[in-house]
Amino acid sequence: MPLIEARNVTIRIPTEDGGIHAANSVSFSVEEGELFGIAGESGSGKSVLMQAIAGLLPGAEIEGEVLFNGRDMLTMSEAERRALRGAQIGMIFQDPLSSLHPFYTIGSQIAEMIHAHEKVDKAEARRRVVEMLERVGIAEADKRYDAYPHEFSGGMRQRVMIAMALILRPPLIIADEPTTALDVTVQAQIVELLDEMRRSFGTTVIMITHDLGLLSSVADHVMVMYAGTRLEIGATEALFAMPAHPYTLGLLRSSPAADSNGSPLIPIAGKPPSLLARPRGCVFAPRCAQASDLCHTTPPPLRRYSDATEALCHFTASLPEDEPVTEQTTPPAASRTSARYVVEASGLSLTYRSKKGFGRAVENHVLKGVDLTVRKGETLGLVGESGCGKSTLARVLAGLAVPTDGEVKIQGEPIASLTAARWREMRRRVQMVFQDPFGSLNPRRRVGAIISDPMRIHNIGTAASRKARVQELMETVGLNPEHFNRFPSEFSGGQRQRIGIARALALEPALIILDEPVSALDVSIQAQILNLLQALQRDLGLTYLFISHDLSVVRHICDRIAVMDKGQIVESSTSEQLFRAPAHPFTRELLGATHHPPALTGVDTRHLISETPFMTQEAQA
Amino acid sequence: MSNAPSSTSSSDAPEIVQRGAFALTMRRLLRDPATLISFAFIVLLSLFAIFAPLTEIWTGHSAIEQYRETGMTPMGLPVGPNGSFLMGTDQLGRDVFVRLAYGARISLAVGVLASLAAATIGVTIGMCAGFFGGWVDTVLGRIMDLVMSVPFLLCALALVSVFGPSLSLSVSVIVFFSWTTIGRVIRAESASIAKREFIQASRSMGASNLSILIRDVLPNLAVPIIVYTTMMIPSSIVFEATLSFLGLGIVPPTPSWGGMLADAGANSIYLVAWWLVVFPGFALLFTTLAFNILGDGLRDALDPKGRKIVRRRKSRKNRTTTRKETAQ
Amino acid sequence: MIAFLTRRLSFGVLVLFTLSAFVFLLFYVAPGDPARMIAGEKATAQQLAQIRENLGLDRPILVQYASFLGDALRGDLGFSYRNQQPVVDLIVRRIPVTVSLVLGGVVVWLAIGIPIGIMSARFAGGLRDRLGQVFILIGLSFPTFVLGMLALYTLYFLPRKNGFVLFPPGGYAPLLDDPLKWAWHLTLPWLTLALVTAAIYARLTRGQLLSVLGEDYIRTARAKGLSERCVVYKHGMRATLTALVTQLGADIAVMLGGVIVIEQVYGLQGVGSMAVQAVRNQDRPIIIGVVLLGGLFIVISNILVDLLYAALDPRTR
Ligand SMILES: Nc1ncnc2c1ncn2[C@@H]1O[C@H](COP(=O)(O)OP(=O)(O)OP(=O)(O)O)[C@@H](O)[C@H]1O
Ligand code: SF4
Ligand SMILES: [Mg+2]
Repeated sequence: MPLIEARNVTIRIPTEDGGIHAANSVSFSVEEGELFGIAGESGSGKSVLMQAIAGLLPGAEIEGEVLFNGRDMLTMSEAERRALRGAQIGMIFQDPLSSLHPFYTIGSQIAEMIHAHEKVDKAEARRRVVEMLERVGIAEADKRYDAYPHEFSGGMRQRVMIAMALILRPPLIIADEPTTALDVTVQAQIVELLDEMRRSFGTTVIMITHDLGLLSSVADHVMVMYAGTRLEIGATEALFAMPAHPYTLGLLRSSPAADSNGSPLIPIAGKPPSLLARPRGCVFAPRCAQASDLCHTTPPPLRRYSDATEALCHFTASLPEDEPVTEQTTPPAASRTSARYVVEASGLSLTYRSKKGFGRAVENHVLKGVDLTVRKGETLGLVGESGCGKSTLARVLAGLAVPTDGEVKIQGEPIASLTAARWREMRRRVQMVFQDPFGSLNPRRRVGAIISDPMRIHNIGTAASRKARVQELMETVGLNPEHFNRFPSEFSGGQRQRIGIARALALEPALIILDEPVSALDVSIQAQILNLLQALQRDLGLTYLFISHDLSVVRHICDRIAVMDKGQIVESSTSEQLFRAPAHPFTRELLGATHHPPALTGVDTRHLISETPFMTQEAQA
Repeated sequence: MSNAPSSTSSSDAPEIVQRGAFALTMRRLLRDPATLISFAFIVLLSLFAIFAPLTEIWTGHSAIEQYRETGMTPMGLPVGPNGSFLMGTDQLGRDVFVRLAYGARISLAVGVLASLAAATIGVTIGMCAGFFGGWVDTVLGRIMDLVMSVPFLLCALALVSVFGPSLSLSVSVIVFFSWTTIGRVIRAESASIAKREFIQASRSMGASNLSILIRDVLPNLAVPIIVYTTMMIPSSIVFEATLSFLGLGIVPPTPSWGGMLADAGANSIYLVAWWLVVFPGFALLFTTLAFNILGDGLRDALDPKGRKIVRRRKSRKNRTTTRKETAQ
Repeated sequence: MIAFLTRRLSFGVLVLFTLSAFVFLLFYVAPGDPARMIAGEKATAQQLAQIRENLGLDRPILVQYASFLGDALRGDLGFSYRNQQPVVDLIVRRIPVTVSLVLGGVVVWLAIGIPIGIMSARFAGGLRDRLGQVFILIGLSFPTFVLGMLALYTLYFLPRKNGFVLFPPGGYAPLLDDPLKWAWHLTLPWLTLALVTAAIYARLTRGQLLSVLGEDYIRTARAKGLSERCVVYKHGMRATLTALVTQLGADIAVMLGGVIVIEQVYGLQGVGSMAVQAVRNQDRPIIIGVVLLGGLFIVISNILVDLLYAALDPRTR
């Protein structure tokens, strides 16, 4: 008997704009002891599904059944469900800072779990908590028992969360993106810890993530969700070798790790649908490369394959025959070495002084002697963990922060020596694209105004010529030029990032600094943007400084990579060189911590067993 | 650009009609009967105040004249509501109805003027403090703290005792002690806006501080400004009425609601003439109630986030913000 | 902690200093001759000069201010123009009334406001929430003095007209003489005074608790299998409390304003009504004294509130 089994779970969340169909007839079962992965893009209903199962979604309307050890969790009383939570089902959440109560010590928060389910005296509870904290790798656990969450680093907090989830040795743990908020190297440690704990306690784990590489390396079975629908489910190896569903295939092909340097990714076109309305046919049809007329009109059937893979599709996924030949090859690096420098920075240091209390000044060395050059026409990648000073360096290069020491030359001109007028002029030559597609556009201004902002600020052109230029730019970045009158909120994340890029292009800058431009986007959208950036560079001869924490993305798009750690550049070489023979230990650690999904074999060994009509609630009604 | 997929390719997807912010707001407002009723009440009250002279013509009674013959009992007590005096008369035989109409003028004028003035000051100072941060914020923030730690009604008393009661003094006192309410809110809001990336974007393009303040910060403060200014109107009205009630506001015999209530309270005359407290009292209550409901309704309609019961966190958008927070 | 305290204390001193300068200047530049106020209309020029000299009014303004400050620090606020009694004595005599009013009011306001806010937030969107919201709106909108007058009319006058006494018409009965009588006399004033602030607190509690209940750590608490009661009261209220305490500081000034009005409506002979009388009588030393006392009260309460806040939030330590 499976430990937990969901049958046709349908979730509707009522909101002001109508009901959100967050899950549609989702079924899955998890055997004891396995690690079950749930993958899918943001908003696909992964978290909602798990929270609904645990009874943590009070407002939702839930149908179907969820059997835990044979008992239906959806029909049991709240008190019974409460007895299960914690004791039988442990949960780990994405953001360990906001998931721990800021006003209670971590020890007491874990001990509370024991007291809620068992009659234990205080000393005994404390002993058990300390023991568990030690097991998850918290040094001096007895002392740290009385510390507050804000005194821990992100990775440590996630360890605390894991200790909390495990303290009662529940048979099942649900981990919702347990590593997404952490640095890559910490991510690796946490995954390892989870894996170790699960093996030593025999715990079953359901892990939600959007990180396909991670799943491929740890999960036994994987379920892929899209728009609240389970599109594919199957054993990890088979699924990653050759998915049965076109969406899974699309996801894998748009992940940069799937191929090496340079060649364009194959993104999934379009954007995820609204969950307010259910389409008549297949939910994925508007974005599917394999879609036919049938897909738009008829709900797809459930196809079962010989290796127990199940997919919700009219067809079986296949790699297109006429794989588009890579139209562009990266120009040989040699031609670039001769090119002149756009950025030359030497010995950059930046120290922030903050006063704490009375007199005691605290010095924070953010940059410690950074040397950096960017040649014309190349893409320099800057990678490093959070807080290592990447963004600060970007701000210094853009002239927005003044270094304590060192010099920045843009196109051979030292920016420190510029007069006010020249400094403003310099602004035109360096433009930035920011990470957060929701935060980097003023929500109260129209897109046309946003894109023409640089021209307005620098008094370039007339109103009419600016408008023409805006429309041209929108066309260039793949936006409909008719939409210049809309507000940012009317665009999706990927489209907003295009708006940001159009704005950066407006003045034909010598350098574009891209500060984590794709890390807030889903893989399929990320691939669209990466391809756009490459195409633009090719057509317009742009120079990029590309900042990211994601090595596979950086490897995909950059000619050279600089690795940054604690305010210093520890290693800098061509992408290939860096991946082939990393010199610095930190680089090696970074590389070791990155998971890549295995390459697609493209070989289809399974065969179709059955095809049954799949009815969602709506279709029946 | 061959492989840059056009975003318009999504247009073949069944698209949910995007409503403009204004249309959405109106739709929410129209679904909220309490707000609509309040709004209607405020409109009627404003008409009542604007056309106050018409009540004089209609009843034939002036607001300040004392009708000792018709408006008082032989024992010198005020008469209750009747055909000639719709809402009765006060202890001096004046027509409560007509005085109520003129009092509405004072209340509304003071409420609206003082709120607008206080909002202007509060928004300017709050915006500068929040946006510039650093020592500007320290100084302005301290000033706000200072004003807020002052016993304002006592200080108002002291001022009135020196300069004598007057309408302009009332308004100044109200403005001086209420701009901090909105100032505090705007300061916090602008501080969080100043950290948003679009501000950095403008800055990286070379925009000046003034341009950023006006084009980027101010428009994003529209919601709190509208809501808090609306909510400040009722407190200004009560503040004025309180000053008048303590005999420190509008100088008699000019009618004001607070003054009418003060007259009713003097010698406890209202215990034998309920209409002296009921009419002006409820006029005051309903007016403040209407403005408060309108303010609440506007906030819900303009900023529905505050209404949602479960907040939705955007996972990976959050990611880096958390990372940055932990890094600092 | 020490640094924090020093900062708070020095700010408190700054507030009081500013306040004293304000009232002093106000009365210095004000029209009207204090000597004439003391001596009355019929005083001779010589009497006036004598009084001026006694009061030190012939000295330069800074000297006068310095000596005023010095006296104030020693607890000497001068003498009432009216009856020549020391201001401090006059105030001290009236303090019990005002303190009784304030303390009882605070208790009532917290006892009504917070539970209503919690109820509203727990059942957000439901009938109880609707009722809570109505209470909040009415409470926020009711001018204190209107409420007081209506309360006196319905709860004192109407019953008395019908032959029984429910509440007294106002006035004060000392606590030590008869605690029951004391409470009986103050019940209506307490309720009236507390209503507005209770509404503010109910709204604040509701808003804060609602947003706290949407936090991730509340989800964690639920995922632990804790009872809803424990989730709301232990985890939810613990985080809401800090916000309430912060607001407490801002509301003390509002509360003081309410005290003045309430004393007026219910005929309580407290510090507030003394101030109002002093304004009518142009008795400036008393006004100055009361303003400074009010400032001192606010400053001290604010420091206490800040300490409380620091004790509540481990992140500020
Ligand atoms: N409490 C809620 N009220 C209304 N809608 C909600 C609520 N929670 C989630 N949703 C909606 O349900 C849908 C699925 O959300 P869910 O959080 O499950 O996505 P996810 O797959 O976990 O995405 P992510 O990768 O961003 O975590 C989304 O459209 C989301 O906006
Ligand atoms: S059913 Fe059609 S549209 Fe849907 S995934 Fe399969 S092929 Fe694509
Ligand atoms: Mg999620």
